Amino acid sequence: MMITEQAMLFFSLALFSIGVFGVLVRRNLIFILISIEIMLNAVAVLFVAASSYHNNSDGQIMYLLVLTLAASEAAVGLGLVIQMYRRTHTLDVDQLSSMKG
Amino acid sequence: MNQAVIETLFYITEGIALISALLTVTRYNAVHALLYLIITMMAISLIFFILGASFAAALQIIIYAGAIMVLFVFVTMMLHQGDITIKQESMLFRPGRSIGATFLSIILFTETLYLLSPLAELMADTNNGQINHIGAKEIGLQLFGPYLVLVEVSALLLLTALISAFHLGRRHQEQR
Repeated sequence: MMITEQAMLFFSLALFSIGVFGVLVRRNLIFILISIEIMLNAVAVLFVAASSYHNNSDGQIMYLLVLTLAASEAAVGLGLVIQMYRRTHTLDVDQLSSMKG
Repeated sequence: MNQAVIETLFYITEGIALISALLTVTRYNAVHALLYLIITMMAISLIFFILGASFAAALQIIIYAGAIMVLFVFVTMMLHQGDITIKQESMLFRPGRSIGATFLSIILFTETLYLLSPLAELMADTNNGQINHIGAKEIGLQLFGPYLVLVEVSALLLLTALISAFHLGRRHQEQR
């Protein structure tokens, strides 16, 4: 095969590092969720690539599980975004520094 | 199709995915970032297709680009206030101050690449030199055979997410 495993590994790691960079740098809650989606995608790419190289469908089943996880995470995360916007009228995560009993 | 053409297509797609992911995390405007993210998802879908995983490629477009991203775009546009939001965002995110995070991410990337390079050689040994096509039939047989418990757990996970999203999305109750 001409598409090497190293290329897939490099691509997945680069995508994951971009996601980590986004989580570290951004303070907007929506951008943090987007970066988490990028990281989940990087892992999914690695699963599907490994499944393809080993001629084994287990990797794609793990991809389905990652997809389910991403869907539930997006639903709960966006619910939290809406609730935060209602309470603080901003999406800056540093504003969430006070607790109320 | 010629193997070299497929390889060239693969590397072009990889470049598009990485560039649009990088543009996603550095935009001020959340809607632009989401549109770049959709380009990333579609590029990843094409990579799945080149790798022979056509079912995963279809799911990537239908669920990621179709369902999850539409949810993101909907919420972002609901909370977007035009120029005010972009001005606030440019106060929150300054590229000049992200040198530390860039440095840390690059260190993490090179470290993991160095640690995982023996793994890639191991994978090269087991590969028989062909693009293996795995269709929906094999996945379905596996999914509803040995992995049946996983399907049940996924259903439970989705139900939990549905209930908690419904609870979180309610309007804030007045204090008693």
